[in-house]
Amino acid sequence: MSVNVDKAANTGVVGKVVDWIDARIPMTRVWNMHIAQYPAPKNFNFWYLFGSLAILVLVNQIVTGIWLTMNFVPSAEGAFASVEYIMRDVEYGWLLRYLHSTGASAFFIVVYLHMFRGMIYGSYQKPRELLWLFGMFIFLALMAEAFMGYLLPWGQMSFWGAQVIISLFGAIPVIGDDLTLWIRGDYVISGATLNRFFALHVIALPLVLVILVFLHIVALHEVGSNNPDGVEIKRKKGSVAEEDKPKFKFHEYYTDKKDIVDAIPFHPYYTVKDVLGVAGFLIFFCAIVFFAPEMNGFFLEAPNFEAANPLKTPEHIFPVWYFTPFYAILRAIPDKLIGVIAMGASIVALALLPWIDRGSVRSIRYRCGFHKLNIAQFVVTFVILGWIGATPQTDFKTLLSQITTVTYFMFFVLLFFYSKNEKTKPLPTRLTK
Amino acid sequence: MMKKLVIGLFALLPTLSMAAGPSVPLMEANNDLTDKASLQRGAKLFMNYCLGCHQMQYQRYERTFRDIGIPTEIGQETLIFDGSKVGSHIKNSMAKDDAAKWFGAAPPDLTLISRVKSPDYIYTYLKSFYKDESRPFGVNNVVFPLVGMPHVLQELQGLPTPITEEVEEHGHTVTKVVGTETDGTGEMSVDEYDQAARDLTNFLAYVGEPSRLESEAIGIKVIGFLVIFFILAFFLKKEYWRDVH
Amino acid sequence: MSNAPVDNSRRRFLTIATSVVGGVGAVGAAVPFIASWNPSERAKSAGAPVEVDISKLESGQLIRVEWRGKPVWIVNRTPKMLEQMKQHEDKLRDPNSEEPQQLASAQNGYRSKRPELFVAVGICTHLGCSPSFLNGSFGEKVEGTDSGFFCPCHGSKFDMAGRVFQNVPAPLNLEIPPYTFIDDTTILVGEEEGVA
Repeated sequence: MSVNVDKAANTGVVGKVVDWIDARIPMTRVWNMHIAQYPAPKNFNFWYLFGSLAILVLVNQIVTGIWLTMNFVPSAEGAFASVEYIMRDVEYGWLLRYLHSTGASAFFIVVYLHMFRGMIYGSYQKPRELLWLFGMFIFLALMAEAFMGYLLPWGQMSFWGAQVIISLFGAIPVIGDDLTLWIRGDYVISGATLNRFFALHVIALPLVLVILVFLHIVALHEVGSNNPDGVEIKRKKGSVAEEDKPKFKFHEYYTDKKDIVDAIPFHPYYTVKDVLGVAGFLIFFCAIVFFAPEMNGFFLEAPNFEAANPLKTPEHIFPVWYFTPFYAILRAIPDKLIGVIAMGASIVALALLPWIDRGSVRSIRYRCGFHKLNIAQFVVTFVILGWIGATPQTDFKTLLSQITTVTYFMFFVLLFFYSKNEKTKPLPTRLTK
Repeated sequence: MMKKLVIGLFALLPTLSMAAGPSVPLMEANNDLTDKASLQRGAKLFMNYCLGCHQMQYQRYERTFRDIGIPTEIGQETLIFDGSKVGSHIKNSMAKDDAAKWFGAAPPDLTLISRVKSPDYIYTYLKSFYKDESRPFGVNNVVFPLVGMPHVLQELQGLPTPITEEVEEHGHTVTKVVGTETDGTGEMSVDEYDQAARDLTNFLAYVGEPSRLESEAIGIKVIGFLVIFFILAFFLKKEYWRDVH
Repeated sequence: MSNAPVDNSRRRFLTIATSVVGGVGAVGAAVPFIASWNPSERAKSAGAPVEVDISKLESGQLIRVEWRGKPVWIVNRTPKMLEQMKQHEDKLRDPNSEEPQQLASAQNGYRSKRPELFVAVGICTHLGCSPSFLNGSFGEKVEGTDSGFFCPCHGSKFDMAGRVFQNVPAPLNLEIPPYTFIDDTTILVGEEEGVA
């Protein structure tokens, strides 16, 4: 199945066509450089599936999104009814809509797991800082995309959720009020807001996302993948004995400059592994799409089945689950401006990880016990914040959210200090299984 | 270990319900979307008792008849009262402004009520009207206090009387309505009325998501297919990775 | 030092099997996307059969009704029209309506269920214009035939049974839509008896 790579002229009709194309665009070369002869560490585990799954979900969102625009009416008068039209009158419209709404949540699940993988294996460390930053920009674009998309069905939660989030900009001193007015294009969320969000949601942000994903992969392939051991597979040219080199052929682009150990070609080994990951993911994904698309109110919130009504706020307003950890940080702080700043800082802190972590050992496997504890508390913090942001406020929860807001930021502060002179375990010279 | 952790977290998700429940515990509707006879009775109840005020403006008659197993001609004759075409939406001709004047607020559209609330809520609501002379229509509702609508199923259920309980609240003792008791003046027995409420709930649940049964029928096949694909992909991966290990 | 696939029948079999099953899955996944382009319930509802009251339709008169966005003509043909229709059959392309533009139940000399009552889709089979009804003034187009339909776009000519004349651009007779007599004075355009 693999494309043969020899420079020798191909024979046969297919070979001639390939040669004809290769003389005009670098098809075979790109295939080899980035897929068939791309050296990937041989010890990728479960956590390394989420990158390809994120691409799968992105494709799902783009394709189902295009199909939804065919029947969606982007106007305050028509939006809600057009969603019900899709759900009832269009053949398989319900499926297209559930694929898209479930895909939105699935996107955040795989992206959060993908980011967590980067955190535990130190994939943001030098030389992968820019790779991590592109990833953070993807995350930001994704949040904007999800937020704007959520307004489009024009349900109660769409309307009031957007109302709350846009009001956050009002916390900015001096220009705040004018800014919120400008974003809405009206004195309340209105058809004007809906139309601009629609335009950004269906074309501008997807374009930005696709370009950022491209840059993310370019950056990845330039520096090479990290791995669960956090040990480089590229070594100084000439430093590796012939018998230690892998038996596979890699592209000269990589082998000319460096010696490579413990690597396997991405294709077919990781393509078949990713196919397996895709199959497993789709089982979960389709189970939700076909059997529980509301996911108990997490993926589709009940108040959003009621058309937007500017005169009546639902009893409880929550953002969708993927925003709730950050929303909880916002609510934890009893000052609007500082709350907004804290929420922004919680994301900026993630982006600055490459510089906050001053260690040189990447993987959690070889770092100090305190680091493991710190990561564990960060996970617990994140889950608690998410739960608080998704449920009605109580005095206890407000206190808990304040504590977890502190522990959230403590993760970064502590990391900054202990990583400088961290007592780490010795790194293996070669990748372990 | 990590794998188990993630799977465990997923398993936890459904237990954290986000639905903001009303103050009174809901009764279980136990409605069954596959029970076409129940759906048909529910449709009949809806057309007779609800449609006068509440529309289903996104749902069409024809599709409804098809899904719940009523032949089009019979549906047209027995369930469409205003001469609408069978392909049209289930609407009434009540003007919104008038309705707001009569009831204080325009009666809500019921197409999606089962998804905004829940089938259990609807079932409980239908069974929770009670006599309250202080209200404009002489009735109140346990799950929807100060409800603005009359008990339209009164001729079937009769007019239940409230069951009250003394409750401590913020240091005061208040009398709270916790349930209702039938007065026996309705056409239906208690069991019959329960079934009618369940049928109507079932119909509303169907209309809330008419694609539900189709979705599950397709879903089983899709997941079966994916399991086969997963097994093949598993062996394919294992086969290729013999080169590596 | 090569990526050449191991020549191994198990590997080949699994690769092919997974690809085939994956391909079937991809085709299956395409189904909802393709099917969603079919007419929706709304379109079907708007394209539902149309009831037409013909009790006031006078002899020689034509009424137009809209069915699925297309003009449908209903003409009450005079005895003279019916008589002349039989005389110019040698000038027609398909006098017996053998091309499939036809309801089986109306495939007769009149192309209609009742001799005098003609129902047709008023769209020229050439490029989709709607021909004009020349009632009594068709003789200048075809000698000896007083009434007929003339397409203003490219000059196609049809007789009072919608049959196309020779030497005009339109290739086929006018289409006869499905229709049913509900009673003597009402017809239902868009639905054939016994055919849903």
